[in-house]
Amino acid sequence: MKLLLKGGRIVDPSQDIDETLDLLIEDGLIARIAPNLPTPEVGRDSGTAVVDLEGKTIVPGLLDMHTHLREPGHEYKETILSGTAAALAGGFTAVACMANTSPVNDNSSVTDFILRKAARADLARVYPVAAVSRNLEGEILTEFSDLKDAGAVALSDDGNPVATAGLMRRALEYAYSLSLPVISHCEDRSLTEGGAMNEGFVSTELGLPGIPAIAEDIMAARDIAIAEYTGTRVHIAHVSTAATVELVRDAKRRGIAVTAETAPHYFTLTDEALRSYSTDLKVYPPIRGSEDRDAVIGGLRDGTIDVIASDHAPHSSIEKDVEFAYAATGLIGLETSLALSLAMVEQGVISIGRLVEAMSVNPARILGVPGGTLRTGTAADVTVIDTTRAWTVDKNAFRSLSRNCPFHGRRLTGKALMTIVGGIIKYREDAKPL
Amino acid sequence: MVTENSKRIVMDAERIDRSIARIAYEILEDNKGADDLVIIAVRSGGIMLSRRIRKKIADIEGVVIPMGILDITLYRDDVIMTDKKPKMGETDIPFCLNDKKIILVDDVIFTGRTIRAAMDALIDFGRPRVIRLAVLVDRGHREIPIRPDYVGEKLPSSLWENVNVILSESGGDDEVVIL
Amino acid sequence: MELTRKDILGLSDFSVDEINLVLDTAESFREISTRTIKKVPTLRGITVINLFYEASTRTHTSFEIAAKRLSADAINISTSTSSVTKGETLADTAKTLEAMSPDIIVIRHACAGAPHILARLLGQSIINAGDGSHEHPTQALLDMLTIRQKKGTIEGLKVVLVGDIMNSRVARSNMYGLTRMGARVTVCGPAMLIPRGVEGMGVTVETNMQKALQDADVVMMLRMQFERQQGAVFPSVREYARLFCLTVPMLKEAKEDAIVMHPGPINRGIEIAPEVADGFRSVILDQVTNGVAVRMALLYLLAGGRQ
Ligand SMILES: [Zn+2]
Repeated sequence: MKLLLKGGRIVDPSQDIDETLDLLIEDGLIARIAPNLPTPEVGRDSGTAVVDLEGKTIVPGLLDMHTHLREPGHEYKETILSGTAAALAGGFTAVACMANTSPVNDNSSVTDFILRKAARADLARVYPVAAVSRNLEGEILTEFSDLKDAGAVALSDDGNPVATAGLMRRALEYAYSLSLPVISHCEDRSLTEGGAMNEGFVSTELGLPGIPAIAEDIMAARDIAIAEYTGTRVHIAHVSTAATVELVRDAKRRGIAVTAETAPHYFTLTDEALRSYSTDLKVYPPIRGSEDRDAVIGGLRDGTIDVIASDHAPHSSIEKDVEFAYAATGLIGLETSLALSLAMVEQGVISIGRLVEAMSVNPARILGVPGGTLRTGTAADVTVIDTTRAWTVDKNAFRSLSRNCPFHGRRLTGKALMTIVGGIIKYREDAKPL
Repeated sequence: MVTENSKRIVMDAERIDRSIARIAYEILEDNKGADDLVIIAVRSGGIMLSRRIRKKIADIEGVVIPMGILDITLYRDDVIMTDKKPKMGETDIPFCLNDKKIILVDDVIFTGRTIRAAMDALIDFGRPRVIRLAVLVDRGHREIPIRPDYVGEKLPSSLWENVNVILSESGGDDEVVIL
Repeated sequence: MELTRKDILGLSDFSVDEINLVLDTAESFREISTRTIKKVPTLRGITVINLFYEASTRTHTSFEIAAKRLSADAINISTSTSSVTKGETLADTAKTLEAMSPDIIVIRHACAGAPHILARLLGQSIINAGDGSHEHPTQALLDMLTIRQKKGTIEGLKVVLVGDIMNSRVARSNMYGLTRMGARVTVCGPAMLIPRGVEGMGVTVETNMQKALQDADVVMMLRMQFERQQGAVFPSVREYARLFCLTVPMLKEAKEDAIVMHPGPINRGIEIAPEVADGFRSVILDQVTNGVAVRMALLYLLAGGRQ
């Protein structure tokens, strides 16, 4: 079985490629990238499917390193099947899923369960992130080595901060010795308790309890200091504040092994949007003011922020059709992340090459998983994008089981046309949904 | 068609004054004097007319009878059928209405709905012995069975015409016009 | 002039004309409450649901009296817990209410924005009777009516709001309304209870009460809600009273003819001394009377027309 993608613009920063070339996939691997590969004659070499992709963009498969697939435990919000279907529709060939399921992914049997479910779904690749502490309680470390052997690619108590500096120190040291990255959800709970949105003028006007930016900054500073002191590394999840961007920028300048990610809502929205009291906008970290938003964009621009991840956090209407204070935290993003990120390209903030780094190359590198490249001989995980396709977000058409999308009704430009995993076309924009 | 030019004066100052005098006499005659008489003006058309009638009665009888002002907005039967709420005025009835003989005064009677509302309102202020109605102009077209006791002038008008009573403080420029 | 809005959710977007319309209408309604028969038939057939998720004898009663004096049918639903604890979402509650076909829903809720959610889901008029720490528009309107009665105007007055500004919906609605009407508003309270960026609402911040009261025409004390504060926000009630209780000597800092207001219920001896609360400069009882008139005015202005 061969697949020949003809005439597309191939953007692969891992090989410094950005030109119109043909790409041949054979036996699930990237076989050749070259100009004008011969189109097999009809009837003779019928084992080759040919797709004309003139005007389209071909990139290494996108990897979303921060999602919540909700299985096991909250299957009414999302399942591994529905979540990976949503990933494919959003152009992602792989996702890393956080550990705050029920039960928590804090032991190898849960990791194993997730991987078996993912294999059965056979859609996007799934990379489990295991918990740092047992039951995310911040007291006892999980068995990092056993979890790694079961298939966990990283560690995070995401949803919760790693409560104490002491535990974080030991986690970073131990994980580093096992070559596992630790993903830090930065939140000082003593400053965020009861909070519902970003603290500032808008929260004052709306009378909603505020979450100050320093709740994130203080923890980011703590974790960077620990990484520096111990000579280990840390990945800062969902950066949303100007000060955290600056902390990361400064840490990188000083040679500390810190990487950082942000999510599309942090560079797209400001807290002014909260005036609707729409609970789909309730998320942690909260959507910040315009200065923070601009700083996040600045961090993307100069590479301080390595990764764009969705922080896809499905919740059902039971958790969202309620008063703002009672609403669950999180929004879904798998099916809108690409288009919202392409807007950064459109606005000249980043190049398409930088976008591919942030959504494919860097996440693969940070997690230490395959992918992020179209190098010959590697698995053919490929995303084909129409960067000019305009569409209207319709949350009711999503593959995700949940509808907590604040971008419903928004006009966006750019869409995944085809998502190829291991050489197999798992998603085609024009095909009927799975 | 109603145009600017179609304004027509149907009562002049002198005729108005004669009508008011006649109404005052009729009231006093019916009530055999001014005992227990009170005037209630329907805001806002009835206020000036009430003052004139009161003054006339004072001239004739030498008694200044009490006068109150009633705003009927909250008693109108169409008030919640519209978004555009009529502007409310103050109701000022500084005396008790129990066992009083009320002369309810409005400038023009038309469908009768205003007077219906006014009577409902009056009942909420007490139990008068009688309520009688005085108007300067009766233009017909009643929609409910209400009949004035004292009428200055019957002026049949078409439904789409407007009858305006203009009474000034001095009395010099008074007129009733049909627009 | 008419009120074209469907709902009264807050004063943040109320125009000067709208505020004046409500105050003028309320002024006319005050007379009704002085009659022997304190009832007019205006809103016969109109159903008002008073949906109170938070206990409030004062506001609840005021709305009920307002509806009844206008002959509306008032139905009271009180529940101390949120719908969410019953496994019912606010959307479910909205649908249930809609099935009862009310014309106006008055809602008091501990969560900011709850009335806004109802207003989005329902065609009926929603009146916010206080949502969390957000707004309490009818309270601010009755406060403004009281100030206008006592001072003749609102424009140019110095009004000082004292207390827990951060958690006060009364403060927020008054800040919007009073600044829009041209008053100079100073907010005063413990530094940690002054919300971030509040100067952006056009008010002056002063944490020293003596200084705040200089030249004040109106002193509006807020209820100190120690029960609403989680954890150790302020050291103690005693310490609070030391700094922010409106005592007779403290009131001397304000203008000689300054009036004293309080939305009630009063914590005597904590935010206001009994001699001041009951003193001749206190207009607290006028506020209560005006509350009924303002709520009658709003029910009247909102009712009908949209069927
Ligand atoms: Zn997180």
